[in-house]
Amino acid sequence: MTDPSVRRLDTQEITTATDTREILANARRDIERYGLDDYLIVDVDSHHVELDSWPEILAYLDSPVMRDTANQMMRNWPQASHLALHNHPPGLTMQDVSGRIPHQASLGEDTPGATTGADRDVTLVRRAMDAMSIDLQVVFPQPMLETGLHPQPEVATALLAAYNRWFTTEILPREPRIRTMLGLPFENPDACLATIEEFGDTPGVIGFLVTSQRHAGVHRNAYMPVYRELERRGLPIGFHAGPNQADTMTSTMNRFLSAHAMSFVTCNMTHMTNWVVNGIPERFPGLKTIWIESGLAWLPFMMQRLDHEYYMRSSDAPLLTRPPSHYMREMFYTSQPMEWTDDKLLAATLEAIDAENSLMYSSDWPHWDFDVPGRIAALPFVSEHGKRNILGETARKVFELGDIAPSSHR
Amino acid sequence: MTTTERLVDVGASDDVPERGRLVVEIGGPTGPVTVGVFRFGGRLYAWENRCAHQGGPACQGRIVSRVRERLDDERRSLGLRFDEDVLHMVCPWHGFEYDVTTGRHPGRPDLALRSFPVAEDGGRIRVAV
Repeated sequence: MTDPSVRRLDTQEITTATDTREILANARRDIERYGLDDYLIVDVDSHHVELDSWPEILAYLDSPVMRDTANQMMRNWPQASHLALHNHPPGLTMQDVSGRIPHQASLGEDTPGATTGADRDVTLVRRAMDAMSIDLQVVFPQPMLETGLHPQPEVATALLAAYNRWFTTEILPREPRIRTMLGLPFENPDACLATIEEFGDTPGVIGFLVTSQRHAGVHRNAYMPVYRELERRGLPIGFHAGPNQADTMTSTMNRFLSAHAMSFVTCNMTHMTNWVVNGIPERFPGLKTIWIESGLAWLPFMMQRLDHEYYMRSSDAPLLTRPPSHYMREMFYTSQPMEWTDDKLLAATLEAIDAENSLMYSSDWPHWDFDVPGRIAALPFVSEHGKRNILGETARKVFELGDIAPSSHR
Repeated sequence: MTTTERLVDVGASDDVPERGRLVVEIGGPTGPVTVGVFRFGGRLYAWENRCAHQGGPACQGRIVSRVRERLDDERRSLGLRFDEDVLHMVCPWHGFEYDVTTGRHPGRPDLALRSFPVAEDGGRIRVAV
């Protein structure tokens, strides 16, 4: 008979119906091994599935005409009940590697007592935070990261406004451990300013976001008032990468791996180049800039490439008083997906960006390439002080989070 | 088996069908260990439920044949196919795949799962831990 020391796991196979706490149960081993309950852990990039609550969000649309369009779409189009007005790219359904990574496709678990999408989302976020010993989590939407590619920019602007109102009304008041950087309707600089004005003082809003998949030059004069206002308020600006399987490069690619590996980086490479070469850090030296979800391997390449060209063509970048890499070293980066495939290359990358002062842990949960906090704690070439900074202390400074304590101290 | 190992009865032979698995937690003096027992080609294999990547539950994901790409004589791609002779377990955290019989990643064989001796006798499965 079965030995009494043996317990058969209730969940033999993890599926989209498995509870988040069970999916992430193995993270507990890292928490105990590295004493992570004793660290302040701020997760600067995670996601909830806004399309699960889409009808609730669309109810926040300002325009009666657009609200009617959304309602007609949801009523009449068989597949549009959770997609109305959205530009969800069909290739995103390849993300879960044909069911191999179920949590990417859906967190379909039970959430007893949740009566709204917001209730359910907050429950799911809490489960993930507790499983990974995360003290504060910055939560973003998912498919809305594609709003910069919406065929009708005014619809994208309206959807962002509705989402921002829904999130600040329904999500943030429910859980003080949740924070966010709200998306800016970047196609419309006046609407960006109005967004900052409306939500800049809202508790839990700790910055604003540009979703990086878009075809806008971030150096255009029209954006200067936006950067100036964020600098004046001491609010960081984040550039959140996203996928694109239809740009001039990725449209040649036949595998999701290829398009994801490239497009999550090239969008931010483009904005970083315009940002630095046009001297935005010289114009707004107090504006804290965060580059989100492009990984880290691109950074030493960009530093070397831009410095190399700047030395020969400084007249193309007359606002710069230092090499581009110097400005890049003063910006901030989220850690995920940390390309840890070669110790020497990763160590050199972390040194190049002054990671102990510029890097902020991010999980990107529940995406298929998420990182647990133990990933940072396990780095053999980062000091104990540096690990504490990366896991939470740098975020505490950047976002002026004040006096918050690790979970073990509460 | 070393002198510190013990044979633990984890279940009946019928609990692990061909191309199937049984995942159990086994208690011990130094703490529990979770082990997945797999059957493929009539043989049993036992691996720790801890991915070599980030420690995910590698034994609790999809069990699926290895995907290969077919080429013709001119080296043109004829598309993808399942190789029914190679069975993979997939870590559900990030998709790392391991050959059920070797516990090794198909492209980075140094990324491997910890193995446990496993034996079958009299309709019972025993793992040495």
